[in-house]
Amino acid sequence: MRTRKITPYLYMIPGVLMVLVFVYIPVFVNFAYSFFRLASYSAGQTFVGFDNYRRFFTDDVFPIILRNNMLYCIISLVIQVGFGTIVALLLESKIAGKFKNTYRNIYYLPALISLTAVGLMFTFIYEPNIGFLNNILKTFSLPTGTWLGDSKMAIFCIIAMSQWQFTGYITLLMVVAFQNISTDFIEAAEIDGAGPIRRALSILLPLAKEQLLVCIIITIIGAFKLYTEVYATTSGGPGNNSQVLGLYLYQQAFLHDDLGMAAVTGVFIFVITVVLSIVQIKITRSGKV
Amino acid sequence: MMKKSIMKVLLNIFFIFLCLIIFLPLVWIILNSFKTNPELFKNSLTLPEHWQIINYVKAWNMGLYKYFGNSILVSSISLVMILIISSLLAYGLTRFYAKGSVIIFIIVLGGMALSEQVALVPLYKILKAIHIYDTYAAVILPYIAFRIPFTVFLMRSYFISIPVELEEAAVIDGYNSLQIFMKIIIPISKPIFASCAIVNLNFVWNEFLFANVFLNNKALQTIPIGLMTFKGDLRIDYTATLAGLVIASLPLIILFLCMSKQFVRGLTAGAVKG
Repeated sequence: MRTRKITPYLYMIPGVLMVLVFVYIPVFVNFAYSFFRLASYSAGQTFVGFDNYRRFFTDDVFPIILRNNMLYCIISLVIQVGFGTIVALLLESKIAGKFKNTYRNIYYLPALISLTAVGLMFTFIYEPNIGFLNNILKTFSLPTGTWLGDSKMAIFCIIAMSQWQFTGYITLLMVVAFQNISTDFIEAAEIDGAGPIRRALSILLPLAKEQLLVCIIITIIGAFKLYTEVYATTSGGPGNNSQVLGLYLYQQAFLHDDLGMAAVTGVFIFVITVVLSIVQIKITRSGKV
Repeated sequence: MMKKSIMKVLLNIFFIFLCLIIFLPLVWIILNSFKTNPELFKNSLTLPEHWQIINYVKAWNMGLYKYFGNSILVSSISLVMILIISSLLAYGLTRFYAKGSVIIFIIVLGGMALSEQVALVPLYKILKAIHIYDTYAAVILPYIAFRIPFTVFLMRSYFISIPVELEEAAVIDGYNSLQIFMKIIIPISKPIFASCAIVNLNFVWNEFLFANVFLNNKALQTIPIGLMTFKGDLRIDYTATLAGLVIASLPLIILFLCMSKQFVRGLTAGAVKG
């Protein structure tokens, strides 16, 4: 095509500028902020070196936060990715029947509801007096609990809610990955006499391993970006027992006006998520997903 | 054969059991959203005595209509801008073989690896400095910027697959590059535009982190953040709050039921959560 040299760049400029100004610059500035003590309502800022980092890692809440994010991550990997993939395999099995697409769509429905709406719904479901959970338990004469109000249980209640919301999403992704596998492979395996379990383990899973890896990565990244679910249910309470990185960042910045600490938390999230994201982009770019 | 059909029945029982796990909490919410508050407190497991449609009217009039309007405004502007800017960028990257386009692509793609949390505090300061904090633009601009990398990524791979011959014919007809983009590239790229629109809508419509920090004024809040405010305003009116939650959740669910094919294609084209 004969065009002026500058033409292609004219098409690219608006998008590149947007990304640089509103994505890259804030992330770089966040690194800088992490070395300063600063507040949102005053212009003054003092360079404090690694002091924010020291405060972050020695904060009494830090071990709780790390434990909660890790718990969320591990349980989500087991249930969303593990169990979600098993459900996908079952849905794709020969004996699943004609309603398999309906099931798949039903399992996916909760992922369409906003995190805040799900969070608020579950505050009602977990509510000790009128809530769905305790009333059901009472009906079967089982012991009830205070759930989100229980300092030991709160984080598990939030995690359970997320499994309810997102397992179907992973199932959907895996179902599509399995459907993209050429039927030739599956038929060949059948001719060789492979049973359904053998087919799943040696044909379906290996051939969909890139998608599986992407599911694992987005689940881990999601676990360390966790924020809205906790904000909408417990706000990190009781005490700080359900505190997580994302909410801690928010509270440091906009509740305690300690932007330096918030920035350090941001750097910590960055370090965990950026490597995983790059791996994910690489897999996705290879075109195998 | 006998064994196979028993397995089939068992498997379907399992699938239906999972459906129940999904549906029971939702049904409970919906049933109670039609009750009076005393009824809810007496027994939340029964059917409503009289279906209180008034709860829905109350929820809507309590401000939900305002949040809905804001969400529609913010989502539609963001969506249109995301699609325009990303498609132009992807077009510039793929159809000209311009110098430096690989580097530009890597920079844009790299944006996908950066999460919103990391940018939150500096963005807040930037938005305040350019005096758009607490306006619609305060969420629209970051939404556009954060969705460009992913959208460009999807569009680029689609544009690459468009045969060059189509353009060559257009050049002979005297089209300039913008006409080619408008009259050739866009019409054949409708499926990828649809997929991108759906994934981005799902993100923008439900986004909470930025909306919660950058929109302070109640009159500007979108649904996800409005719901939190709403719950505070209706502290004791539980059933109206439940009705509000149901209304707020409906649009995307209805959209999904109508266009599940495009949804599935869009979501699997690029898996990103949250």
